[in-house]
Amino acid sequence: MTPLLSVQNLKTYFLMDEGVVKAVDGVTFDVHAGQVFGIVGESGCGKSVTMKAVLRIVEPPGKIVNGQILLNRAKQNGASDVIDLAQLDANSKAMRDIRGAEIALIPQEPMASFSPVHTVGDQIIEAIMLHQDVNKREARKIALQQFKDVGIPIPEQRLDEYSWQLSGGLRQRAIIAMALSCNPRLLIADEPTTAVDVTTQAQVLRLLRRLQEQRNAAIIFITHDLGVIAQMASYVMVMYLGLVMEQGSVDDIFHAPKHPYTQALLRSIPTINMTPRLNLPTISGSIPHPFNKPRGCPFHPRCEKSIAGKCDARVPALKPIGEKQLVSCFLYHDAEVSS
Amino acid sequence: MTNRPITQSPNRLLEVKNLKKYFPIRKGFFRTTIGNVRAVDDVSFFINAGETLGLVGESGCGKTTASRCILRALVPTSGEMIFRTKEGASADLAKLSRAQLRPLRPQMQMIFQDPYGSLNPRMTLFDIVGEPMYVNGMTNRKERVERVAELLRLVGLRPEYMQRYPHAFSGGQRQRIGIARALSVNPRLVVADEPVSALDVSVQAQILNLMLDLQKRLNLTYLFVAHNLSVVRHICDRVAVMYVGKIVEMANTLELYAAPKHPYTAALMSAVPVADPRIKTGNVELKGEVPSPANPPSGCYFHPRCEFAAEVCRKDAPAFREITPNHFVSCHRADELRLPGIG
Repeated sequence: MTPLLSVQNLKTYFLMDEGVVKAVDGVTFDVHAGQVFGIVGESGCGKSVTMKAVLRIVEPPGKIVNGQILLNRAKQNGASDVIDLAQLDANSKAMRDIRGAEIALIPQEPMASFSPVHTVGDQIIEAIMLHQDVNKREARKIALQQFKDVGIPIPEQRLDEYSWQLSGGLRQRAIIAMALSCNPRLLIADEPTTAVDVTTQAQVLRLLRRLQEQRNAAIIFITHDLGVIAQMASYVMVMYLGLVMEQGSVDDIFHAPKHPYTQALLRSIPTINMTPRLNLPTISGSIPHPFNKPRGCPFHPRCEKSIAGKCDARVPALKPIGEKQLVSCFLYHDAEVSS
Repeated sequence: MTNRPITQSPNRLLEVKNLKKYFPIRKGFFRTTIGNVRAVDDVSFFINAGETLGLVGESGCGKTTASRCILRALVPTSGEMIFRTKEGASADLAKLSRAQLRPLRPQMQMIFQDPYGSLNPRMTLFDIVGEPMYVNGMTNRKERVERVAELLRLVGLRPEYMQRYPHAFSGGQRQRIGIARALSVNPRLVVADEPVSALDVSVQAQILNLMLDLQKRLNLTYLFVAHNLSVVRHICDRVAVMYVGKIVEMANTLELYAAPKHPYTAALMSAVPVADPRIKTGNVELKGEVPSPANPPSGCYFHPRCEFAAEVCRKDAPAFREITPNHFVSCHRADELRLPGIG
C-alpha cells in the first residue's frame, strides 16, 4: 500500500549569519491512512520543523535543502497521483490548495492561532469558502456542523463569539473544528494539549481519537509528553537533534526500545507505579546547542553505550531491525549515513 | 465553614488555617468593588518539618496564589499562617508587618517555574547567588565567594562558573542556579512553584533527584506546587488537591493515589496519560469546564461536574474533615463512595 505521506531524507537548514543550524538533518518516514503517527522528542530535536516543512511554512532563513515530501492524492477515478511538496513553491496555488484542505494543522497555542478581531465563526467560514465551492450560508452550515461534532455547547452562539470569549478547552475545540472543516486526509497536531490542563487534555485527546476513527484520517501527533504518545499513537518516531533515533509500533517503542536514547528517556520519567522518592536514572548532560552539535551520532556524548572511535566519528543510518522497527545505532548494525 | 480540623503538633513547621485571598473586581469611574475573585477560599493545611507537601490542581485553582501568600508576596485577606521559626517561636505570617517579616524571610525561599525569566541576565552567577547573603548581612566579599562556590558545588555546578552570566547555561543548569540562590540563606521552607515543568524530559529527572538529595542533606521542607501528577507522586510525602480556591482532599501520597475519596481527585487521576500503551487511561471523562472563582456554583463547587452529586451537594458546602487519620476530604458522600485510583 502506498503511504499517504512519504518523507524521504528531508533536510531543513537555517542559514544564519552565525552559522548553519541543521534543524532537520535527513529524516525519513511514512504515514499511512488511518494511522496516528507520533513524533516524540525534546526541544531542538526538529519535530516542529519537520511538520512545518511538510506544510511548507518554514520561516526564513529556514530552507528545505534536500529531500522529498511525497503526498499521495487519490483522484476521483481511483488512480493515485503522487506530488512532491518539496518541489512546489511555498506560495503557489497548488500548495495553498493543499494546505488547510488536504493537510490541516492543529497548532499548539489556540489563543495565538485565532485572530482576536474576527469572530471564530467568520474565520472558519473563510477557510471553508477558500477550499470548497460553497456560498456563505452553506459554509456557515458546515461550520456549525463541525462545532457540533467537536462537542461545543450552544454552537450557534459560539460561532459569533471572539476567541478571547472562549475558555481554553473550547478554544482548542474550535481550532480542531476549523482544522477538520475541509475534511483533511492528513491532520498535523503540534503539541495540541501542552497549553491546557489535564482534564481538558483528556477531553481533547478523546475527541481526536473519536474523530480520527470516524473519518479514517491520518494524524501526525507531535509532542514531548511520552504519556500522551503512549495513549494516542499507533506508530512512533523518536527524534534527537534533527535525526531519527528510532521508529516502531507504539508497543515496541515502549516495551522493547532499542536505541539507548529511547531507553534512557523512558527510564528517566517518573511513572505512576514506581517506588517514590528513589533517585531516577538520568541522562547525563544536557541537549547540546544546535550550533555545536557533536560529531558522529548526536547522542554519543550522553550515551552510556557509545563506542569510542565509531559513534563519535560516523553517523549511523536508520535501518530496520525486527519486523516494523527501525533504529539508527551502531549497536545493532554497521550502516552509516553517506555524506 | 469554620471548622478547624487540624490539631497542633510539635512537628509542624507551618500551619495554615482558613486562609483566604480575594482579589476585588472593580468597575466604573469610581472603581467600586462589585465582587471578588476568590482565588484562595478558606484553605487549611499543614506542613511537617522535613516533609514535602504537594499542592496540585488545574490552572486557576489558586495553588500559586496560596503559595505566594505563605511567602507573603501577597497579603492574605484573612486567615492564619503559623510558622515555627528557627528559634522555636511561633509567628503568624499573616499578621506580621514588613519589618517584622524581615528576619523571617531567609527561612522561607522560593524556586521559580521559568529558569529563563527568573535570573537577571545582567548579573553574574556570583551576583545572583551571593545577593541574598549580602542583603542578609554577609558583607565580606571573600566569605561570600567561598559560600557561593560551596553552593554551586552543592547543586552540581562548577565553582569556576561564578563569573559567567546566565545566558551561558542550559535550562537545567539555570534551574540549578535558581536552587542555589534559594539555598544561599539557609532556608527551612522552600516553596517550589512548578520547578520542572519548563524543562525537557531528560533534564527533569536530574532536577528532581537534586531536590530529593538536597532535602536529605539539608533537612529541607518543601511545598511543591505542580500539575504533573506523576512528578508529584514521585517527590511528595503528602498531597493536597485544590479546586476553585479550595482544598478538596489532602492525604498521604500513596493513599491518595490508590484510594482517592473525592470525585475530583479520582477524575484528575484518571485523566493522567500513562506512559504505557498497554494501560488505557482516560476512562472517566470530566464534563464541562472549571467554574470561575468570581462566580462559583452553590453548595459544593464541584457538583455541576460531579457524577455522584446529590441534592445536598447542590445546597450545602461540604466541610473539610478528617475521614481517616491524616486523610482530609471535603465531600458529603466521601464515606459511601468507592472511587478508582491508580498505582
